[in-house]
Amino acid sequence: MKLFGYELPQMSSLILWGLLWEIVGRLEVTFFIPALSDIFVTLLEISTTKVFLTALSETGYAFLLGTVSAIVIGIPLGILMGKNRLVDELLLPWVNIFLSAPLTALVPVLMVLFGFGLQAIVITTALFAIWIIVLNARAGVMQINRSLVEMAHSFGATPKDAFFKIYFWAALPEILGGVRIGFIRAVKGVIIGQLLISIVGFGALFELYSSNFLMKHFWAVLIVLFSLAFILAEILAYLEKRVSYYASRRAA
Amino acid sequence: MLSRSNLLKLLSAFFVFGAWEVAGRIPVSFAFPTFLESMTALSILIWDGTLFTAYGETLRPLVVGILISGFLGIGIGLFIGLNRKLDWLVSPIFVVMQTAPLAALIPLLVMAYGIGLTSKVFVVCIMAMPVIALNTGGAVRNTPASIKEMGLSFLGTRSDIVLKIVLPAASPVIFAGLRLGISAGFIGAILAELKITPTGVGDIITYSRSIADYPSMYAAIFSIIVLAVVFLNLLEKLERILFGGLNRGYASE
Amino acid sequence: MSETKQISENAVEVRNVFKNYGDVEALRDLTLQFPKGQLTSLLGPSGCGKTTLLKIIAGLIPATSGEVLVNGKPVTGPGPDRAFVFQDFALLPWATVLRNVAFGLELRGVPKPQREEIAVKYIKDVGLSGFEQSYPHELSGGMRQRVGLARALSVDAQVLLMDEPFSAVDEQTRRKFQEDLLSLVQNENKTFLFVTHSIEEAVYVSDQIAILLPRPSRVSEIIRPTGFRNKDKDSIRRDAEYLDIVDKIWASLRTYVE
Ligand SMILES: Nc1ncnc2c1ncn2[C@@H]1O[C@H](COP(=O)(O)OP(=O)(O)OP(=O)(O)O)[C@@H](O)[C@H]1O
Ligand SMILES: [Mg+2]
Repeated sequence: MKLFGYELPQMSSLILWGLLWEIVGRLEVTFFIPALSDIFVTLLEISTTKVFLTALSETGYAFLLGTVSAIVIGIPLGILMGKNRLVDELLLPWVNIFLSAPLTALVPVLMVLFGFGLQAIVITTALFAIWIIVLNARAGVMQINRSLVEMAHSFGATPKDAFFKIYFWAALPEILGGVRIGFIRAVKGVIIGQLLISIVGFGALFELYSSNFLMKHFWAVLIVLFSLAFILAEILAYLEKRVSYYASRRAA
Repeated sequence: MLSRSNLLKLLSAFFVFGAWEVAGRIPVSFAFPTFLESMTALSILIWDGTLFTAYGETLRPLVVGILISGFLGIGIGLFIGLNRKLDWLVSPIFVVMQTAPLAALIPLLVMAYGIGLTSKVFVVCIMAMPVIALNTGGAVRNTPASIKEMGLSFLGTRSDIVLKIVLPAASPVIFAGLRLGISAGFIGAILAELKITPTGVGDIITYSRSIADYPSMYAAIFSIIVLAVVFLNLLEKLERILFGGLNRGYASE
Repeated sequence: MSETKQISENAVEVRNVFKNYGDVEALRDLTLQFPKGQLTSLLGPSGCGKTTLLKIIAGLIPATSGEVLVNGKPVTGPGPDRAFVFQDFALLPWATVLRNVAFGLELRGVPKPQREEIAVKYIKDVGLSGFEQSYPHELSGGMRQRVGLARALSVDAQVLLMDEPFSAVDEQTRRKFQEDLLSLVQNENKTFLFVTHSIEEAVYVSDQIAILLPRPSRVSEIIRPTGFRNKDKDSIRRDAEYLDIVDKIWASLRTYVE
């Protein structure tokens, strides 16, 4: 939008909403919405407490393990499906099912199988992320120029060479697109996992704050979480744009 | 005769369920029933009607939430798409909502609205609405300028242009957004039942877990996943029937 | 010629029109008259602003400065006196040919049975009978263009703004359309503004040809073929004046191509 002929940045309206929040908070309309400035003060206070740092590191750790395993399993699986018709036909229905299935329902199973701890959360996170990664890697491989593959064969590339030097790079833009969406889903997965298991990470913190009605603390944690998720998504979108630039030149 | 792809689908299902059965028989864990045990439990749940009562309970917040998010989301999306100022003002909220783990709001919703239907409907709404609103907004914004100009030049009023040009042009994407919203709504509905108060299918899951009746627990989870997947696939089919011809592009070259 | 007479003779008058798109200067001080009941062609290099000029006359986009009069009244927006044939057809992909052709009338509030009757007539006129229930994606480019043409004809506007209306039809159909257009100009008391890239086509159908310069666009020359207008349609293409004018226009345009 333009104001006085000056183009306002895209997300700048959030400042306006923040102001509105501050006003509603100051007017003490409801107990559930404390003033934004108070929340930030609280945020500074708790950001050095041990519970907060533990929650942050536990969540970060689970998120990292979950996404890394989703990537390490998902990309090669997707590439394999893109290359091999039989594997593709056997697995694609399942990938599609799990892509649209409400995976939340599987968390109780993971809890009884893997215990009420880190392991179950990591698997939840990976389950949320992996399917879209597989699907995108598959799509990326399937659109690869046939002549590129034939060129590699004609120069005598080994299957391993072909895999790492051709398929991976040629499908990279699509793969990254999948990884980006996978990460966004993983953020949701790690939080849902922690909420349901609720004795680790932010799940435990939410329990602590909400049972003691510490509104400012609660919102402070929410803001940290939402900002981290948003920043992560933006960074990945930026990376993806850089790579699609390379991809459009690749096509030329 | 079975086609190759259907044959492979059957084969693949056979492998997966077979692996489940074998893993259950070893057993890999005391909490891992076999496929057949789970299916028996499922047929019992269906037979004695438990499952139907449970779904009546589970689907209520889902349906109400989806209806609310559908109306509000499409309405807001329409305004976002038509008005640049509103777009600037409102879109960022939905963008943040779409990337953020909104599930974290649940404890707050419970504090504010208790553990009843309202909270659960809210959970479904916050999960489903962003994707519906953003898709509608994008689709409306991307209506080809040339057919809007055509409407203007033939003296269409603003409401003519919105109702007869913009909405039909945007409807395939709006519908797809609705489908994604419903998919997110399922996640919300189940999350609400598992986190807020165990009712419906969530109750079967939680209760059978507490008494270590794992086959029933697996059966309930199996049923909800099948229900969601089948429903969403039907929606996708419907989408293709309704808008299939449109995909071949706007009539311009 | 007195002032009043001139107003009544010109269906459309463009006076000192400027149009800028941001930093791009599309039209600069363009002045041009379109006599009533005649066909005027706009001929000029691609991107010189022909579509822009037509859209300003249609009232779809405002001029940066200057004035456009239609029947002596300044243009402030689209009006029932003008109908547009779009370069990219602008058809509704979800509507049948019948509804697309009747769409102009639909927006004017004509009841369904009447507007469909009118639409059927014009669908027949453009040679699409039998395709009433087809959808645009089932038609060829040329057929789509004819749908856009029928839609513009069916609202019975005094001024027809045609942006390359024959660009996507095949050569045979194109020739047939050119002949039809000539009869249309003769029989109906309508004013035609006609954009084309084909010199031959412009000379063949026009009472007046305006040659536009590359951006920023002004009128460089106005040519009025006179001698062969009343001749038999078939002999025009062999007429000496016709051939002379074609050569002359090419000579003045080729400097911009080179
Ligand atoms: N909406 C717009 N925004 C910015 N520039 C525009 C816009 N529309 C047209 N232009 C520019 O104005 C100039 C004239 O465009 P216009 O479409 O009128 O050309 P034209 O003569 O119809 O060309 P063609 O014969 O290829 O159809 C072009 O250089 C184009 O780039
Ligand atoms: Mg043009």
